[in-house]
Amino acid sequence: MTRISRRGLLKSGAAAGVLAATGFPVRAQTAKRGGRLVAGLSGANTSDSWDGRTHSDLFMNASAQGAVFDSLTEVAADGSLIGELATDWEATPDAKVWTFNLRKGVTFHNGKSFGADDVIESLQMHVAEGAKSGAQPLVAPITEMKKITEHQVQFTLEAGNADFPYLMSDYHLLIYPAGQIEEAIAQGIGTGIYRVKSFDPGVRFVGERVENHYKDGRAGWFDEIEYIAINDNTARMNALLTGQVDAINRIDFKTEALLKANPNVRIQEVTGNQHFTFPMLTDLAPFNDVNVRKALKYGINRQEMLDKILMGHGRVAADSPIGPANQYMAELDPIPYDPDQAKFYLKQAGLDSINVDLSASSAAFEGAVDAAQLYQASAARAGVNINVVQEPADGYWSNVWLKKPWCACYWSGRATEDWMFTSAYAAGAPWNDSHWDHPRFQELLITARAELDSGKRRDQYTEMQMILRDEGGVIIPMFANWVQAVSNKIATPENVGNLWQMDNSRLAERWWNA
Amino acid sequence: MGLLTLFVVSIIIFTAVNMLPGDFAQAILGQSATPEAVAAIRRDLGLDQPPITRYFTWLAGVLQGDLGTSFAQANFASFVGEDSGTRTTVADQIAPRIKNTLFLAGVTAVIAVPFAIGLGILAALYRNSAFDKVSNVFTLTSISSPEFFVAYILILFLAVLNPWLPSLSNIYDGMAFSDRLEKTMLPALALTLVVTAHMMRMTRAAIINLLASPYIEMARLKGMKPMRVIVHHALPNALAPIINVVALNLAYLVTGVVVVEVVFVYPGVGQLFVDSVKIRDIPVVQACCLIFAAVYILLNLLADILSILSNPRLRHPK
Repeated sequence: MTRISRRGLLKSGAAAGVLAATGFPVRAQTAKRGGRLVAGLSGANTSDSWDGRTHSDLFMNASAQGAVFDSLTEVAADGSLIGELATDWEATPDAKVWTFNLRKGVTFHNGKSFGADDVIESLQMHVAEGAKSGAQPLVAPITEMKKITEHQVQFTLEAGNADFPYLMSDYHLLIYPAGQIEEAIAQGIGTGIYRVKSFDPGVRFVGERVENHYKDGRAGWFDEIEYIAINDNTARMNALLTGQVDAINRIDFKTEALLKANPNVRIQEVTGNQHFTFPMLTDLAPFNDVNVRKALKYGINRQEMLDKILMGHGRVAADSPIGPANQYMAELDPIPYDPDQAKFYLKQAGLDSINVDLSASSAAFEGAVDAAQLYQASAARAGVNINVVQEPADGYWSNVWLKKPWCACYWSGRATEDWMFTSAYAAGAPWNDSHWDHPRFQELLITARAELDSGKRRDQYTEMQMILRDEGGVIIPMFANWVQAVSNKIATPENVGNLWQMDNSRLAERWWNA
Repeated sequence: MGLLTLFVVSIIIFTAVNMLPGDFAQAILGQSATPEAVAAIRRDLGLDQPPITRYFTWLAGVLQGDLGTSFAQANFASFVGEDSGTRTTVADQIAPRIKNTLFLAGVTAVIAVPFAIGLGILAALYRNSAFDKVSNVFTLTSISSPEFFVAYILILFLAVLNPWLPSLSNIYDGMAFSDRLEKTMLPALALTLVVTAHMMRMTRAAIINLLASPYIEMARLKGMKPMRVIVHHALPNALAPIINVVALNLAYLVTGVVVVEVVFVYPGVGQLFVDSVKIRDIPVVQACCLIFAAVYILLNLLADILSILSNPRLRHPK
């Protein structure tokens, strides 16, 4: 039996995605209890609910997994995996059978005590007949869930998966009280460190600190938290500048200077796995020719795109979706902008010049159309004539993405390599937006998934990332930072999570009043 | 007549929403829209039915006083796998929002109507003076600027540079009335600036129109003070057009506040409306539009009644 801890596997610096972007000295401070946190967050909608299966954006992630509910495991700010409702876990050597020990003495907000049944019933929600859960692909491979004792569950998977405990930290996989799930969804009854005081979907959430919680002493410093739904960028910024909220997410780069000029707030910036992409269907001409793909790779000026589209708030990527918040990111050199090389590969493909359509819309990512035009300008010098097709934002994901031969897209990234590759690069996967089907890549994907030896896994994942860089059908010019702003009334830890915005949505747990 | 208008409005809205690209299933699923998931949601919500069928099913419901269930709620219910009748209906969703919007409209009206009419009277009294010109330029400028611009200017001067008023109007149930009033102040001021010009100019024009009448000449020749002439003799006769304009602007306060609500994060119908259009939640969009249209029709009716009441000649026809 092997116990895997991400902390032990980390090479120093590999996950250190935190940039000292603010120029503020990072001080080690000790957290203290008390006070309120008021945050203005985007991503709220009137249709929001406490049903984890529907969660997809920050407001509910921060309210549910970040405050009211818990999952089995949690990705800590430094990227390591720690137990939340599970204390520890073990796998058989083939990584097929996983046994989780559950935390004892935990109670739900309605007084029910937590046990194995709650875990099993909560996970089954995602694979129920007709359920449209975003986490369905994570739970479906579990062939058996067995209650061993009141505080021990065993999962049998259809195939070995060394990342299984990480998958259990997904924000959809919240633990509800068994037998009372409907009620728990209606009222927001979880085991989290804040209980629901008031919740008005699309408007406001107020949480009240639970006394005597198992996280006492390491999380949950505020007595009360209030999240205000502010979807408008300018309104969010005004709210912070006028002191009505203490923290906001998603800073508009155009007005960032105004925030920087204010001495009472600081900007917090981390590079995570969020990346912007241009996937092409590699089973369609001309993209089925690797030489054409190479010409396109040499025809893009990644640094220029980073500087002009993200105003430098990101980092250049090497056509691989594995980012700084991943464990095995290979520090590969991206293919440089080189029109002559691009021309050379066009020649190899038997062409002097080529005309291709690139579909883009602001739905893909903010500035996607501008990015496509930049690409057009840089590629033109290599004889690659890109025709930018501006698509309507409505229905973009249904009508353009996965349908048009080449388009703009974004991915917020995944906590593990296997999860990312399986979602978007595995042969036949529904979201495989480049129709990627590469025998060696696929073989490595399967072997690495069940590989418990971290050194071997690193080699396998590095090779996969190199294949994507050199031959892959997705142009990934850059990783985009999570940029947020915090009032100086609020103290934040030295290490801020980079997997997802606002300290992995856990601001309520991890931040405190200065 | 009013009902016919409502009916026509509902047809137009339904057609317009259906012509927008994308539907609820695609909007709610976003990037995770697989053809199977889209089809499943469409089947659950009846979106696979032809539009004519859907329209008349909805109309039949409305005629029985049932605005239906929003797609978001219906979709959520199919997640939970229960349909116990405890679902939030469109009416439940809209009611608190309407309350908030009416509150904002009320606060604005209390400020704007006396302000505009007072300004109009003064402008008529001192017509062609510097005061008249300044107030004309000021109100015309504010009505010509887009609402969000007026709103941002107010935020800049009254919230950011001088922290007198909160820029965030997130009112909620159980808030003290004074807090609620304070939070509502900035959006109310922004709306005041937007609606004042219309009412003020109409007041001024209607009064000036009457000032040439013989009975006003008479009053003046009697040696009455100009202010008294205007308020006691000209104003009552000018009331009918003023009432009409006030009603039109009040209707605007209920239906046209979408942008202002979004800028100030005010949880009114406008915000709900924007949210719902974004996800193509047709039942909510339809209900909002019906309410907007009804408000227009009712206020216009009210204006007609009031102008008749204010005019003795119409009250006692020969």
